[in-house]
Amino acid sequence: MSLDVFLQQVCNGITLGSVYALVAIGYTMVYGIMRLINFAHGSLFMMSMYFAFYAIGFFVVPWYIAFPLVAVLTAVMGMATERIAYYPLRRSGSPPTSILISAVGVSYFIENFATVLFTGRQKLFPSIPFFTDIITIGNVRLQRMSIVVPVLTFVLLIILMFLLEKSKPGMAMRAVSRDADAAQLMGIDVNRTISLTFGIGSALAAVGAMVWGLKYPQIAPTIGAMPGMKCFVSAVIGGIGNVKGAVIGGLLLGFVEVMIVAFFPALTSYRDAFAFCFLIVVLLVKPTGIIGEKIADKV
Amino acid sequence: MMQNKQILHPPKKMSRRDIILTCAAVFILIVILANAENWFGSYVVRILNTCCIYAIATLAMNLVNGCTGVFTLGNPGFMCVGAYTCALLYLQPAVKDTLYYVEPIVPWLRDIHTNYFIALICGGIMAALAAVLIGVPVLRLKGDYLSIATLGFSEIARIIMLNAQSVTNGAIGLTQIPNVVNIWVAFGALAVVFIFLRLLMNSSYGRAFLAIREDEIAAEAMGIHLFKHKMLSFVLSAFIAGISGGLLASLIGAIDANQFKYTFVYQFLLMMVLGGQGSMSGSVIGAFIVTSALEWLRFMDEPINLGFIQYPGFAGMRMVLFSVLLILIVLFWGKGIMGDKEFSWERLITGLKRLGKRRSQEKEEVS
Repeated sequence: MSLDVFLQQVCNGITLGSVYALVAIGYTMVYGIMRLINFAHGSLFMMSMYFAFYAIGFFVVPWYIAFPLVAVLTAVMGMATERIAYYPLRRSGSPPTSILISAVGVSYFIENFATVLFTGRQKLFPSIPFFTDIITIGNVRLQRMSIVVPVLTFVLLIILMFLLEKSKPGMAMRAVSRDADAAQLMGIDVNRTISLTFGIGSALAAVGAMVWGLKYPQIAPTIGAMPGMKCFVSAVIGGIGNVKGAVIGGLLLGFVEVMIVAFFPALTSYRDAFAFCFLIVVLLVKPTGIIGEKIADKV
Repeated sequence: MMQNKQILHPPKKMSRRDIILTCAAVFILIVILANAENWFGSYVVRILNTCCIYAIATLAMNLVNGCTGVFTLGNPGFMCVGAYTCALLYLQPAVKDTLYYVEPIVPWLRDIHTNYFIALICGGIMAALAAVLIGVPVLRLKGDYLSIATLGFSEIARIIMLNAQSVTNGAIGLTQIPNVVNIWVAFGALAVVFIFLRLLMNSSYGRAFLAIREDEIAAEAMGIHLFKHKMLSFVLSAFIAGISGGLLASLIGAIDANQFKYTFVYQFLLMMVLGGQGSMSGSVIGAFIVTSALEWLRFMDEPINLGFIQYPGFAGMRMVLFSVLLILIVLFWGKGIMGDKEFSWERLITGLKRLGKRRSQEKEEVS
């Protein structure tokens, strides 16, 4: 492998890693605040790809308007799922397994509903020259988004960290994830905070979805599941409940995945299995993830 | 936390009335089964067989998820392992040669041929071995990680089956598996599994599982070895799931890895939740209802003309209905049909009496 090809693969890995990181943030925030694996997250990821497909391909909205619009729409959808499928269970104090099953049900529903709405046939995500143009740096040829996307991820992460650390809703989020009851006693509106968490997580997933659509343009209703699970895996690898951990885990998983395919082409068809093997190894060696802290059980 | 009175009050011995009723029910069932082919036709019999196999798979899932309180989603993976093992052991060497036209089968596997029963048990054992392999790292984790790790295992198993060309015939899958699953085999297997699980749940192991489900910390304080019991439950469940996979392979006659996608598990989840988590008889009822409804609702996918309304028919509409059903049951009817209690004549009779009373009261009010 020549140096140029290697550098190209590095860029690919970082782009894929950024997508994983963006989606993983949603998983980690929801898990941090509700101790719930939001199975529906991957389905929302898929839905926002379709939103973008119809906005750009069908209604011919320019991408710089369509993308924020899709992010908002996905955020609303994320909040709606929480309201409809999780909130009633949370209020009645059902066991955590019920909420988990409900999440599985929502994901199943969105996927099936998308199959009915959009048919199972694959559609082609519109390519946007600003992102998909090939640029040449030295001898390395890459799509412009290989540079745009990591920068975008970094900027979004900085904004998110700032919000979490300094703004009032961000502080409320951290308080609720530490102890929901105590936060309520301190006058924090727990339900609104959880809703906001779902909104932010879903919007970030939408950003990830659009990058994914530009990179792998074939979209189908089942497309969200695999990336969704991998992103959860990256959240666990980084240390679940921790936003920085999700980013590190996402970048690591994306990078290693691309590198394995690049160096061992024979293993290409096993690339989906690899993430889960990685997960099991990490859980064995360091169950709390790379920078996660141990969550003590309350007796 | 769920309240469970079973732990406090072990079931009483069967009364004479219950024994007579049970014998009568079994007799009627046998008569129906013996005449099923004539009375209902082969289509219904096939659906009944499928119901039985799915019921076995749901029971397997219920043992870990409902009774031990360990939320796993690895069922399709174990079924996949069981189905492939069973099919490979049961196929004739000559048939294998014709199936593996892309890449010849590995020689040691080619010459193995056993009868169906041994192949089925081997399928279960292979699934159980896979469960041991996956359980050692995974079962030390808390609930949430576990579900994703087992889901991941299920995908790993599928991907390996899809790519191990010279062993599993890759994406082409295995076909021409002789069908030995008649109505006696299907119901017999279900009966054996069901009775075994009921006995297990009444033994000290079953008590330990229930205690773990109710409160892990308290159970550990009472001297229950958490890991050992979770492992036992997980491995047994995998064994049973493997058996159901082997039965399914023979019933359908053809298997390929993509049948066992992880979305398959959602079906079993629905059956288990509908029947009531933790209730073995509930799982069987849930499996029968959901499987037959899935067949019956096929008309939803096709266009219907009601005269005044044209329904164009959407492929996949019934799956939408089922996912909505799953959410609705969890939201509004968390207990399911049976709750976490088992079927008993006592409850059935008092339930019927109460129903009858309400009916007569309503009649009096009307008159």
